[in-house]
Amino acid sequence: MNSVEVEHLEVHRGGRRVLTDLSIRIAEGTVTGLLGPSGSGKTTLIRAIVGVQRIFGGSVRVLGLPAGSAALRPSIGYLTQAPSVYRDLTVRENLQYFAAVLGVDGARVDRVLTEVALDAEAGARVDRLSGGQQSRVSLATALLGNPRVLVLDEPTVGLDPVLREELWSLFHRLGATGVTLLISSHVMEEATRCQRLLLLRDGSLVADATPDELLRRTGQSDMDAAFLQLVRHTGPAA
Amino acid sequence: MSVRRTAATGWRVLTQLRRDPRTVAMILVVPPVLMLLLRCAFDSNVLLFDHFAPILIAIFPFVLMFVITSVAMLRERTSGTLERLLAMPMAKLDLLLGYAVAFGAVAILQVALVVAFVLGPLDVPIAGSVVALSVFAVLDALLGMALGLCLSALARTEFQAVQLLPAVVFPQLLVCGLFAPRDAMAAALQGLADVLPLTYAVDGVTRAAATSAWGGGLIEDLVIVALCIPLALGLGALTLQRRTS
Repeated sequence: MNSVEVEHLEVHRGGRRVLTDLSIRIAEGTVTGLLGPSGSGKTTLIRAIVGVQRIFGGSVRVLGLPAGSAALRPSIGYLTQAPSVYRDLTVRENLQYFAAVLGVDGARVDRVLTEVALDAEAGARVDRLSGGQQSRVSLATALLGNPRVLVLDEPTVGLDPVLREELWSLFHRLGATGVTLLISSHVMEEATRCQRLLLLRDGSLVADATPDELLRRTGQSDMDAAFLQLVRHTGPAA
Repeated sequence: MSVRRTAATGWRVLTQLRRDPRTVAMILVVPPVLMLLLRCAFDSNVLLFDHFAPILIAIFPFVLMFVITSVAMLRERTSGTLERLLAMPMAKLDLLLGYAVAFGAVAILQVALVVAFVLGPLDVPIAGSVVALSVFAVLDALLGMALGLCLSALARTEFQAVQLLPAVVFPQLLVCGLFAPRDAMAAALQGLADVLPLTYAVDGVTRAAATSAWGGGLIEDLVIVALCIPLALGLGALTLQRRTS
């Protein structure tokens, strides 16, 4: 069963075509990496799946419903690249507010704080935290509502290797419980932790494969080299 | 719509205000200070001050609330929190009413302070009803807030949001009857004044200050101002787009 189905998606932003005839499927309970150079359309694709992006053509369906449907709102967790939380509130106040909006209880707030390793910072104002801590507050908010689909735009930027490791094991634990995760990243080394990889270039899909397939196809031994080769040499969508 | 979400939003907005004591001080202290300033400016013509004071009781909260809400809403738009909330099961009205509840509470406090100051230390005689005057002042503050919420959609940056003040509020101040009687203005301006909400707000406080009778004109002004608030909030809801390009 597919959680996300994108068919012939076309998106224009500021008079420029950002995504062209893009079709992808993401299976339920998988961890999928979304890779591509900056400006390749990763964030736009993510926004289209969450349902906040006006689209020009094609269709995006999530859990069988058109993206952006009101019925989907409780089921999708969305992490934007810049932390979208209230900087003048404490970590706990932020989460308590979003919990009230989502209708989840206080125990859930404590739970997500532990999951993103922010228990100790719960009482601190967000604008006093480091960049990595701020983005984890934002991630905690995305996790609050027990979403079935979790769309994360660069969740591990600015994190040290230990935290990155912890978050990736959290993502896999969630995947194992049936949550579908789409995670964009710039760090190619992280790509190997995904079950499937989508590689975008100039708004088109240049690869949809497992990490092993990608290495085999390019004949490279590491992800960075495979990525460079695909981005530089491949023709239109394979 | 949900009471839980509206209440949570109102509480959240108040918590944010509490974290910004300077803004709270400005909201509460600036109107009385301006009144004192004006009283000193009219030192040898106290009668003129007595005429203007009730009108200004209505105008200061209107202007301050307009500025504060337009910036607060713009912040919500630019920080990404608006997009996050709209991607959650949140009705647009929950958000707008949450703001209205929070800023409405602040407006009541603001008006109470400035009214007490004008009646007490400044000793302005009010022939009419102080209650009616205060009700009008609070409604004007809410009107300023609703217009600020709605028009903040026109601003992309905080500089632009602040520019809304001369662009949107000043014209209303100029034609509302504060500076020149409306029937002495050019016909076109009279027509403009007739469709701008602040005109009715100023007309209303003037009546409320002058007579304690709840006459026809006063009720009419009250109804028009009160109706403009949900109208502006409704327009504000239209500017909250779940899907953007």
